[in-house]
Amino acid sequence: MAVFGSGGGRNLGGRGPSFGFRFFCYAVISVVLMFYDKRGGWLETARYGLQAAIYPLQLAVNSPSAAWRWTRENFATRESLQREVDALRMQLRDQQLVTMRQAALQAENATLRGLNATQPEVIEKRLVGEVVNVETSSMRQRVLVNRGGNSGVHPAQPVITGDGVLGQVLRIGPFSSEIILLTDSEHALPVQVLRSGVRTIALGTGRGTLLELPYVPQNYDVKVGDLLVTSGLDQVFPYGLPVARVTSVTRDPAEPLAKIQAATLARIDAEREVLFVWARANHPASPATPEALAVEAPQQ
Amino acid sequence: MNREPRWAVFFTVLVALVAQALPLWPWLDNVRPSFIALVIIYWGIFAPHAGGIFAAWLAGLALDVFKGEVLGQNALAVALLAYIAISLHQRLRNQTLVQQSLFVFAMLTFNELVVWAIEGWSGKAVSTQWRWIQPMIGAMLWPFIALLLGRTHSRS
Repeated sequence: MAVFGSGGGRNLGGRGPSFGFRFFCYAVISVVLMFYDKRGGWLETARYGLQAAIYPLQLAVNSPSAAWRWTRENFATRESLQREVDALRMQLRDQQLVTMRQAALQAENATLRGLNATQPEVIEKRLVGEVVNVETSSMRQRVLVNRGGNSGVHPAQPVITGDGVLGQVLRIGPFSSEIILLTDSEHALPVQVLRSGVRTIALGTGRGTLLELPYVPQNYDVKVGDLLVTSGLDQVFPYGLPVARVTSVTRDPAEPLAKIQAATLARIDAEREVLFVWARANHPASPATPEALAVEAPQQ
Repeated sequence: MNREPRWAVFFTVLVALVAQALPLWPWLDNVRPSFIALVIIYWGIFAPHAGGIFAAWLAGLALDVFKGEVLGQNALAVALLAYIAISLHQRLRNQTLVQQSLFVFAMLTFNELVVWAIEGWSGKAVSTQWRWIQPMIGAMLWPFIALLLGRTHSRS
Protein backbone atom coordinates (compact mmCIF):
# COMPACT_ATOMS: atom_id res chain seq x y z
CA MET A 1 0.00 0.00 0.00
CA ALA A 2 2.99 2.26 0.52
CA VAL A 3 3.63 2.17 -3.23
CA PHE A 4 0.08 3.26 -4.00
CA GLY A 5 0.13 5.88 -1.33
CA SER A 6 3.28 7.59 -2.46
CA GLY A 7 2.31 7.48 -6.14
CA GLY A 8 -1.14 8.84 -5.55
CA GLY A 9 -0.36 11.26 -2.78
CA ARG A 10 2.67 13.19 -3.87
CA ASN A 11 2.60 13.38 -7.62
CA LEU A 12 -1.07 14.02 -8.07
CA GLY A 13 -1.67 16.00 -4.95
CA GLY A 14 -2.12 19.69 -4.62
CA ARG A 15 -5.82 19.46 -5.35
CA GLY A 16 -7.57 18.48 -2.20
CA PRO A 17 -6.95 15.29 -0.27
CA SER A 18 -4.81 12.50 -1.70
CA PHE A 19 -6.33 9.69 -3.71
CA GLY A 20 -5.58 7.27 -0.95
CA PHE A 21 -7.65 9.24 1.52
CA ARG A 22 -10.46 9.72 -0.97
CA PHE A 23 -10.55 6.04 -1.71
CA PHE A 24 -10.68 5.30 1.97
CA CYS A 25 -13.74 7.56 2.34
CA TYR A 26 -15.57 5.88 -0.55
CA ALA A 27 -14.69 2.47 0.82
CA VAL A 28 -16.17 3.41 4.17
CA ILE A 29 -19.35 4.73 2.53
CA SER A 30 -19.64 1.52 0.49
CA VAL A 31 -19.30 -0.70 3.51
CA VAL A 32 -21.86 1.35 5.44
CA LEU A 33 -24.24 1.11 2.47
CA MET A 34 -23.81 -2.64 2.26
CA PHE A 35 -24.37 -3.03 5.95
CA TYR A 36 -27.59 -1.03 5.99
CA ASP A 37 -28.80 -2.52 2.73
CA LYS A 38 -28.66 -5.97 4.26
CA ARG A 39 -30.34 -4.74 7.40
CA GLY A 40 -33.14 -3.06 5.48
CA GLY A 41 -34.82 0.11 6.66
CA TRP A 42 -34.15 3.62 5.44
CA LEU A 43 -32.06 2.46 2.51
CA GLU A 44 -35.21 0.99 1.01
CA THR A 45 -36.41 4.54 0.47
CA ALA A 46 -33.11 5.51 -1.12
CA ARG A 47 -33.27 2.50 -3.39
CA TYR A 48 -36.81 3.41 -4.36
CA GLY A 49 -35.55 6.77 -5.63
CA LEU A 50 -32.50 5.26 -7.29
CA GLN A 51 -34.71 2.81 -9.15
CA ALA A 52 -36.54 5.76 -10.67
CA ALA A 53 -33.24 7.38 -11.65
CA ILE A 54 -31.98 4.27 -13.36
CA TYR A 55 -35.27 3.34 -15.05
CA PRO A 56 -34.66 5.36 -18.27
CA LEU A 57 -31.38 3.53 -18.70
CA GLN A 58 -33.09 0.21 -18.20
CA LEU A 59 -35.59 1.15 -20.88
CA ALA A 60 -32.75 2.17 -23.18
CA VAL A 61 -31.03 -1.15 -22.65
CA ASN A 62 -34.19 -2.93 -23.63
CA SER A 63 -34.85 -0.77 -26.69
CA PRO A 64 -33.02 -2.93 -29.27
CA SER A 65 -35.11 -5.99 -28.50
CA ALA A 66 -38.25 -3.86 -28.20
CA ALA A 67 -37.52 -2.33 -31.61
CA TRP A 68 -36.97 -5.75 -33.08
CA ARG A 69 -40.27 -7.00 -31.65
CA TRP A 70 -42.10 -3.93 -32.90
CA THR A 71 -40.69 -4.41 -36.39
CA ARG A 72 -41.59 -8.06 -36.44
CA GLU A 73 -45.11 -7.40 -35.26
CA ASN A 74 -45.65 -4.63 -37.76
CA PHE A 75 -44.41 -6.61 -40.69
CA ALA A 76 -46.29 -9.75 -39.76
CA THR A 77 -47.97 -11.24 -42.78
CA ARG A 78 -51.70 -11.58 -43.13
CA GLU A 79 -51.50 -15.37 -42.99
CA SER A 80 -49.54 -15.45 -39.76
CA LEU A 81 -51.98 -13.02 -38.16
CA GLN A 82 -54.88 -15.13 -39.39
CA ARG A 83 -53.25 -18.21 -37.91
CA GLU A 84 -52.81 -16.43 -34.60
CA VAL A 85 -56.44 -15.31 -34.56
CA ASP A 86 -57.58 -18.84 -35.30
CA ALA A 87 -55.45 -20.25 -32.52
CA LEU A 88 -56.75 -17.66 -30.06
CA ARG A 89 -60.33 -18.34 -31.08
CA MET A 90 -59.84 -22.03 -30.48
CA GLN A 91 -58.24 -21.33 -27.11
CA LEU A 92 -61.15 -19.09 -26.15
CA ARG A 93 -63.65 -21.78 -27.01
CA ASP A 94 -61.77 -24.31 -24.92
CA GLN A 95 -61.62 -21.90 -22.01
CA GLN A 96 -65.33 -21.22 -22.30
CA LEU A 97 -66.01 -24.94 -22.08
CA VAL A 98 -63.93 -25.11 -18.92
CA THR A 99 -65.54 -22.13 -17.23
CA MET A 100 -69.08 -22.81 -18.41
CA ARG A 101 -70.06 -24.62 -15.23
CA GLN A 102 -68.09 -22.39 -12.91
CA ALA A 103 -71.12 -20.67 -11.38
CA ALA A 104 -72.84 -23.97 -10.77
CA LEU A 105 -69.69 -25.48 -9.28
CA GLN A 106 -69.21 -22.51 -7.00
CA ALA A 107 -72.78 -22.85 -5.70
CA GLU A 108 -72.24 -26.56 -5.19
CA ASN A 109 -69.00 -25.88 -3.36
CA ALA A 110 -70.72 -23.38 -1.08
CA THR A 111 -73.39 -25.93 -0.24
CA LEU A 112 -70.76 -28.54 0.56
CA ARG A 113 -68.93 -26.11 2.78
CA GLY A 114 -72.13 -25.19 4.51
CA LEU A 115 -72.05 -21.60 3.47
CA ASN A 116 -75.09 -19.59 2.52
CA ALA A 117 -73.52 -17.52 -0.20
CA THR A 118 -70.87 -18.39 -2.73
CA GLN A 119 -67.44 -16.98 -2.08
CA PRO A 120 -66.16 -14.41 -4.52
CA GLU A 121 -62.98 -15.14 -6.43
CA VAL A 122 -59.91 -15.06 -4.19
CA ILE A 123 -58.11 -12.66 -6.53
CA GLU A 124 -59.63 -9.35 -5.63
CA LYS A 125 -57.72 -7.08 -7.94
CA ARG A 126 -55.26 -7.48 -10.73
CA LEU A 127 -52.97 -5.25 -12.69
CA VAL A 128 -51.41 -5.97 -16.05
CA GLY A 129 -47.76 -5.07 -16.45
CA GLU A 130 -45.44 -5.30 -19.41
CA VAL A 131 -42.02 -6.90 -19.17
CA VAL A 132 -39.37 -4.40 -20.17
CA ASN A 133 -36.20 -6.28 -19.35
CA VAL A 134 -35.40 -9.93 -18.85
CA GLU A 135 -32.37 -11.38 -17.16
CA THR A 136 -32.12 -15.14 -17.27
CA SER A 137 -28.59 -16.19 -16.49
CA SER A 138 -27.86 -19.25 -14.44
CA MET A 139 -27.22 -17.03 -11.43
CA ARG A 140 -30.16 -14.69 -11.64
CA GLN A 141 -33.58 -15.02 -13.16
CA ARG A 142 -35.27 -11.68 -12.89
CA VAL A 143 -37.57 -9.58 -15.01
CA LEU A 144 -38.27 -5.89 -14.87
CA VAL A 145 -41.89 -4.83 -15.28
CA ASN A 146 -43.19 -1.36 -16.05
CA ARG A 147 -45.40 -1.10 -12.96
CA GLY A 148 -44.18 0.08 -9.60
CA GLY A 149 -45.11 1.81 -6.40
CA ASN A 150 -47.16 4.45 -8.20
CA SER A 151 -49.52 1.70 -9.40
CA GLY A 152 -49.84 0.24 -5.92
CA VAL A 153 -47.44 -2.64 -6.43
CA HIS A 154 -45.69 -3.71 -3.23
CA PRO A 155 -42.74 -6.00 -2.45
CA ALA A 156 -43.54 -9.70 -2.06
CA GLN A 157 -46.59 -9.45 -4.25
CA PRO A 158 -47.58 -12.51 -6.29
CA VAL A 159 -47.03 -12.21 -10.03
CA ILE A 160 -48.72 -14.65 -12.38
CA THR A 161 -49.29 -15.14 -16.08
CA GLY A 162 -52.19 -16.73 -17.88
CA ASP A 163 -50.53 -20.13 -17.51
CA GLY A 164 -49.42 -20.10 -13.91
CA VAL A 165 -47.29 -18.51 -11.22
CA LEU A 166 -44.34 -16.51 -12.55
CA GLY A 167 -42.72 -15.21 -9.39
CA GLN A 168 -43.00 -12.45 -6.85
CA VAL A 169 -42.07 -8.80 -6.59
CA LEU A 170 -38.60 -8.42 -5.15
CA ARG A 171 -38.02 -4.71 -5.24
CA ILE A 172 -39.97 -1.73 -6.44
CA GLY A 173 -39.33 1.71 -7.82
CA PRO A 174 -41.98 4.33 -8.52
CA PHE A 175 -42.41 3.22 -12.15
CA SER A 176 -40.94 -0.23 -12.23
CA SER A 177 -40.62 -3.38 -10.22
CA GLU A 178 -38.12 -6.18 -10.25
CA ILE A 179 -39.63 -9.64 -10.17
CA ILE A 180 -37.77 -12.70 -9.01
CA LEU A 181 -38.89 -15.67 -11.08
CA LEU A 182 -39.76 -18.90 -9.35
CA THR A 183 -36.94 -20.57 -11.30
CA ASP A 184 -34.32 -18.26 -9.75
CA SER A 185 -31.92 -20.33 -7.70
CA GLU A 186 -32.62 -18.09 -4.71
CA HIS A 187 -36.37 -18.62 -4.86
CA ALA A 188 -38.36 -21.21 -2.95
CA LEU A 189 -42.11 -21.67 -3.18
CA PRO A 190 -44.36 -23.76 -0.91
CA VAL A 191 -46.48 -25.95 -3.15
CA GLN A 192 -49.02 -28.71 -2.88
CA VAL A 193 -49.59 -31.67 -5.16
CA LEU A 194 -53.18 -31.13 -6.23
CA ARG A 195 -54.01 -34.82 -6.64
CA SER A 196 -52.64 -36.20 -3.39
CA GLY A 197 -52.40 -33.10 -1.20
CA VAL A 198 -48.70 -33.62 -0.46
CA ARG A 199 -47.16 -30.32 0.60
CA THR A 200 -43.56 -29.45 -0.08
CA ILE A 201 -41.28 -26.70 -1.32
CA ALA A 202 -40.30 -26.09 -4.94
CA LEU A 203 -36.84 -24.61 -5.39
CA GLY A 204 -35.67 -22.76 -8.48
CA THR A 205 -32.64 -24.14 -10.27
CA GLY A 206 -31.61 -21.27 -12.53
CA ARG A 207 -32.04 -23.54 -15.55
CA GLY A 208 -34.87 -22.85 -17.98
CA THR A 209 -38.25 -23.79 -16.55
CA LEU A 210 -36.88 -26.44 -14.21
CA LEU A 211 -37.91 -26.67 -10.54
CA GLU A 212 -36.68 -29.12 -7.96
CA LEU A 213 -38.60 -30.62 -5.05
CA PRO A 214 -35.82 -31.93 -2.83
CA TYR A 215 -37.74 -32.43 0.41
CA VAL A 216 -40.22 -35.19 -0.46
CA PRO A 217 -39.78 -38.49 1.40
CA GLN A 218 -39.61 -41.67 -0.70
CA ASN A 219 -43.04 -42.99 0.25
CA TYR A 220 -45.02 -39.83 -0.48
CA ASP A 221 -47.52 -39.93 -3.29
CA VAL A 222 -46.07 -37.91 -6.17
CA LYS A 223 -46.24 -39.05 -9.79
CA VAL A 224 -45.03 -37.76 -13.10
CA GLY A 225 -47.67 -35.43 -14.54
CA ASP A 226 -48.99 -34.25 -11.17
CA LEU A 227 -50.04 -30.64 -11.04
CA LEU A 228 -48.39 -28.51 -8.36
CA VAL A 229 -50.37 -25.58 -7.00
CA THR A 230 -49.42 -22.93 -4.46
CA SER A 231 -50.21 -24.08 -0.94
CA GLY A 232 -50.76 -20.60 0.49
CA LEU A 233 -48.57 -21.34 3.49
CA ASP A 234 -45.95 -18.79 2.45
CA GLN A 235 -48.18 -15.84 3.40
CA VAL A 236 -47.63 -14.49 -0.12
CA PHE A 237 -49.53 -16.55 -2.66
CA PRO A 238 -53.20 -17.46 -2.37
CA TYR A 239 -53.97 -21.18 -2.36
CA GLY A 240 -54.46 -23.04 -5.61
CA LEU A 241 -52.61 -21.10 -8.28
CA PRO A 242 -51.10 -23.54 -10.77
CA VAL A 243 -47.30 -23.62 -10.60
CA ALA A 244 -45.74 -26.55 -12.39
CA ARG A 245 -46.14 -30.10 -13.59
CA VAL A 246 -43.95 -32.92 -12.29
CA THR A 247 -41.66 -34.15 -15.06
CA SER A 248 -39.57 -36.79 -13.33
CA VAL A 249 -39.58 -38.74 -10.08
CA THR A 250 -36.50 -40.78 -9.18
CA ARG A 251 -36.61 -42.98 -6.11
CA ASP A 252 -33.23 -44.33 -5.07
CA PRO A 253 -33.69 -46.83 -2.21
CA ALA A 254 -30.40 -45.72 -0.70
CA GLU A 255 -31.64 -42.16 -0.28
CA PRO A 256 -34.19 -41.01 2.29
CA LEU A 257 -35.72 -38.49 -0.10
CA ALA A 258 -37.03 -38.80 -3.63
CA LYS A 259 -35.55 -36.75 -6.48
CA ILE A 260 -38.37 -34.85 -8.10
CA GLN A 261 -38.25 -32.34 -10.92
CA ALA A 262 -41.00 -30.20 -12.34
CA ALA A 263 -41.44 -27.77 -15.21
CA THR A 264 -43.17 -24.45 -14.67
CA LEU A 265 -46.43 -23.84 -16.48
CA ALA A 266 -45.61 -20.18 -17.11
CA ARG A 267 -43.35 -19.78 -20.11
CA ILE A 268 -40.52 -18.09 -18.27
CA ASP A 269 -38.61 -16.66 -21.21
CA ALA A 270 -41.43 -15.85 -23.58
CA GLU A 271 -43.81 -13.93 -21.35
CA ARG A 272 -44.40 -10.29 -22.35
CA GLU A 273 -47.32 -9.52 -20.09
CA VAL A 274 -47.67 -10.39 -16.44
CA LEU A 275 -50.39 -9.95 -13.83
CA PHE A 276 -49.88 -8.53 -10.38
CA VAL A 277 -52.58 -9.92 -8.12
CA TRP A 278 -54.06 -8.88 -4.82
CA ALA A 279 -55.65 -11.63 -2.78
CA ARG A 280 -58.89 -11.04 -0.94
CA ALA A 281 -58.47 -10.97 2.83
CA ASN A 282 -60.38 -13.48 4.98
CA HIS A 283 -61.02 -15.78 2.07
CA PRO A 284 -60.54 -19.54 2.57
CA ALA A 285 -57.95 -19.52 -0.21
CA SER A 286 -56.16 -16.32 0.73
CA PRO A 287 -52.53 -16.57 1.87
CA ALA A 288 -52.14 -17.94 5.37
CA THR A 289 -51.70 -15.34 8.08
CA PRO A 290 -48.95 -15.56 10.69
CA GLU A 291 -51.61 -16.20 13.38
CA ALA A 292 -53.03 -19.14 11.44
CA LEU A 293 -49.58 -20.63 11.00
CA ALA A 294 -48.49 -20.18 14.60
CA VAL A 295 -48.12 -23.50 16.34
CA GLU A 296 -50.16 -23.52 19.49
CA ALA A 297 -48.42 -24.49 22.69
CA PRO A 298 -49.63 -27.86 23.96
CA GLN A 299 -52.30 -27.52 26.66
CA GLN A 300 -51.06 -28.41 30.11
CA MET B 1 -5.10 22.45 -17.16
CA ASN B 2 -8.87 22.31 -17.10
CA ARG B 3 -9.11 20.26 -20.27
CA GLU B 4 -10.09 17.04 -18.60
CA PRO B 5 -12.30 14.80 -20.78
CA ARG B 6 -15.14 14.79 -18.28
CA TRP B 7 -17.88 14.37 -20.85
CA ALA B 8 -15.98 11.54 -22.49
CA VAL B 9 -15.74 9.83 -19.10
CA PHE B 10 -19.45 10.32 -18.49
CA PHE B 11 -20.58 8.98 -21.84
CA THR B 12 -18.19 6.06 -22.00
CA VAL B 13 -19.20 4.97 -18.52
CA LEU B 14 -22.83 5.21 -19.56
CA VAL B 15 -22.15 3.11 -22.66
CA ALA B 16 -20.26 0.59 -20.54
CA LEU B 17 -23.21 0.39 -18.17
CA VAL B 18 -25.54 -0.29 -21.06
CA ALA B 19 -23.14 -2.84 -22.53
CA GLN B 20 -23.01 -4.61 -19.22
CA ALA B 21 -26.75 -4.63 -18.66
CA LEU B 22 -27.83 -5.44 -22.20
CA PRO B 23 -29.90 -8.61 -22.12
CA LEU B 24 -28.00 -11.32 -23.96
CA TRP B 25 -28.25 -15.03 -24.56
CA PRO B 26 -27.11 -16.92 -21.46
CA TRP B 27 -23.99 -18.39 -23.11
CA LEU B 28 -22.81 -14.94 -24.14
CA ASP B 29 -23.83 -13.48 -20.81
CA ASN B 30 -21.56 -15.98 -19.06
CA VAL B 31 -18.42 -14.72 -20.77
CA ARG B 32 -19.29 -11.03 -20.75
CA PRO B 33 -16.47 -9.15 -18.99
CA SER B 34 -17.06 -6.21 -16.70
CA PHE B 35 -17.08 -3.31 -19.15
CA ILE B 36 -17.44 -0.84 -16.32
CA ALA B 37 -14.21 -2.11 -14.80
CA LEU B 38 -12.40 -1.88 -18.14
CA VAL B 39 -13.53 1.67 -18.78
CA ILE B 40 -12.72 2.77 -15.25
CA ILE B 41 -9.23 1.26 -15.48
CA TYR B 42 -8.70 3.10 -18.76
CA TRP B 43 -9.68 6.48 -17.34
CA GLY B 44 -7.68 5.80 -14.21
CA ILE B 45 -4.56 5.34 -16.32
CA PHE B 46 -5.02 7.99 -19.00
CA ALA B 47 -7.03 10.73 -17.30
CA PRO B 48 -6.70 10.25 -13.55
CA HIS B 49 -8.15 13.67 -12.79
CA ALA B 50 -11.13 13.57 -15.14
CA GLY B 51 -13.41 11.33 -13.16
CA GLY B 52 -11.24 10.14 -10.37
CA ILE B 53 -12.45 7.70 -7.78
CA PHE B 54 -15.79 9.43 -7.42
CA ALA B 55 -16.85 8.66 -11.00
CA ALA B 56 -15.80 5.06 -10.51
CA TRP B 57 -17.70 4.78 -7.27
CA LEU B 58 -20.81 6.30 -8.82
CA ALA B 59 -20.60 3.96 -11.83
CA GLY B 60 -20.33 0.98 -9.49
CA LEU B 61 -23.29 2.20 -7.49
CA ALA B 62 -25.33 2.58 -10.68
CA LEU B 63 -24.43 -0.99 -11.56
CA ASP B 64 -25.57 -2.14 -8.12
CA VAL B 65 -28.94 -0.47 -8.54
CA PHE B 66 -29.22 -1.73 -12.08
CA LYS B 67 -28.45 -5.32 -11.23
CA GLY B 68 -30.29 -5.24 -7.94
CA GLU B 69 -27.20 -6.27 -6.02
CA VAL B 70 -26.36 -5.24 -2.48
CA LEU B 71 -25.83 -1.49 -2.61
CA GLY B 72 -22.14 -0.65 -2.46
CA GLN B 73 -20.87 -4.00 -3.64
CA ASN B 74 -19.72 -3.03 -7.11
CA ALA B 75 -19.19 0.54 -5.95
CA LEU B 76 -16.46 -0.61 -3.58
CA ALA B 77 -14.89 -3.01 -6.09
CA VAL B 78 -14.78 -0.45 -8.90
CA ALA B 79 -13.53 2.36 -6.66
CA LEU B 80 -10.73 0.05 -5.60
CA LEU B 81 -9.84 -0.57 -9.25
CA ALA B 82 -9.82 3.15 -9.95
CA TYR B 83 -7.59 3.78 -6.96
CA ILE B 84 -5.03 1.18 -8.01
CA ALA B 85 -5.07 2.28 -11.65
CA ILE B 86 -4.64 5.93 -10.67
CA SER B 87 -1.85 5.10 -8.27
CA LEU B 88 0.06 3.20 -10.94
CA HIS B 89 -0.94 5.31 -13.92
CA GLN B 90 2.48 6.77 -14.65
CA ARG B 91 4.06 3.35 -14.91
CA LEU B 92 1.16 1.85 -16.87
CA ARG B 93 0.91 4.64 -19.40
CA ASN B 94 4.31 3.84 -20.84
CA GLN B 95 3.66 0.14 -21.20
CA THR B 96 2.58 -1.52 -24.41
CA LEU B 97 -1.02 -2.58 -24.79
CA VAL B 98 -0.08 -6.22 -24.30
CA GLN B 99 1.72 -5.45 -21.05
CA GLN B 100 -1.28 -3.44 -19.95
CA SER B 101 -3.49 -6.41 -20.77
CA LEU B 102 -1.66 -8.47 -18.18
CA PHE B 103 -2.29 -5.78 -15.60
CA VAL B 104 -5.93 -5.59 -16.67
CA PHE B 105 -6.27 -9.33 -16.29
CA ALA B 106 -4.95 -9.15 -12.76
CA MET B 107 -7.22 -6.20 -11.97
CA LEU B 108 -10.36 -7.83 -13.35
CA THR B 109 -9.62 -11.01 -11.45
CA PHE B 110 -9.15 -8.94 -8.33
CA ASN B 111 -12.46 -7.22 -9.06
CA GLU B 112 -14.25 -10.57 -9.31
CA LEU B 113 -12.59 -11.69 -6.10
CA VAL B 114 -13.81 -8.63 -4.24
CA VAL B 115 -17.36 -8.96 -5.59
CA TRP B 116 -17.33 -12.68 -4.89
CA ALA B 117 -16.16 -12.13 -1.33
CA ILE B 118 -18.86 -9.54 -0.72
CA GLU B 119 -21.50 -11.83 -2.23
CA GLY B 120 -20.34 -14.57 0.09
CA TRP B 121 -20.54 -12.24 3.06
CA SER B 122 -23.98 -10.93 2.14
CA GLY B 123 -25.33 -14.44 1.79
CA LYS B 124 -25.79 -14.81 -1.94
CA ALA B 125 -25.80 -18.54 -2.35
CA VAL B 126 -25.14 -19.08 -6.02
CA SER B 127 -22.10 -18.43 -8.12
CA THR B 128 -20.87 -19.69 -11.46
CA GLN B 129 -17.50 -20.98 -12.58
CA TRP B 130 -17.80 -18.76 -15.61
CA ARG B 131 -16.98 -15.64 -13.65
CA TRP B 132 -13.31 -16.64 -13.58
CA ILE B 133 -13.26 -16.77 -17.40
CA GLN B 134 -14.55 -13.22 -17.69
CA PRO B 135 -11.27 -11.48 -16.68
CA MET B 136 -9.47 -13.36 -19.45
CA ILE B 137 -12.00 -12.19 -22.03
CA GLY B 138 -11.70 -8.68 -20.63
CA ALA B 139 -7.91 -8.73 -20.91
CA MET B 140 -8.18 -9.90 -24.51
CA LEU B 141 -10.58 -7.05 -25.27
CA TRP B 142 -8.38 -4.48 -23.56
CA PRO B 143 -6.26 -3.41 -26.59
CA PHE B 144 -9.42 -2.74 -28.62
CA ILE B 145 -11.14 -0.90 -25.82
CA ALA B 146 -8.03 1.16 -25.11
CA LEU B 147 -7.72 2.16 -28.77
CA LEU B 148 -11.42 2.94 -28.98
CA LEU B 149 -11.44 5.06 -25.84
CA GLY B 150 -8.20 6.75 -26.95
CA ARG B 151 -10.19 8.32 -29.78
CA THR B 152 -12.59 10.03 -27.39
CA HIS B 153 -10.02 12.43 -25.98
CA SER B 154 -6.71 14.01 -26.88
CA ARG B 155 -3.86 12.31 -25.10
CA SER B 156 -1.67 14.59 -23.08
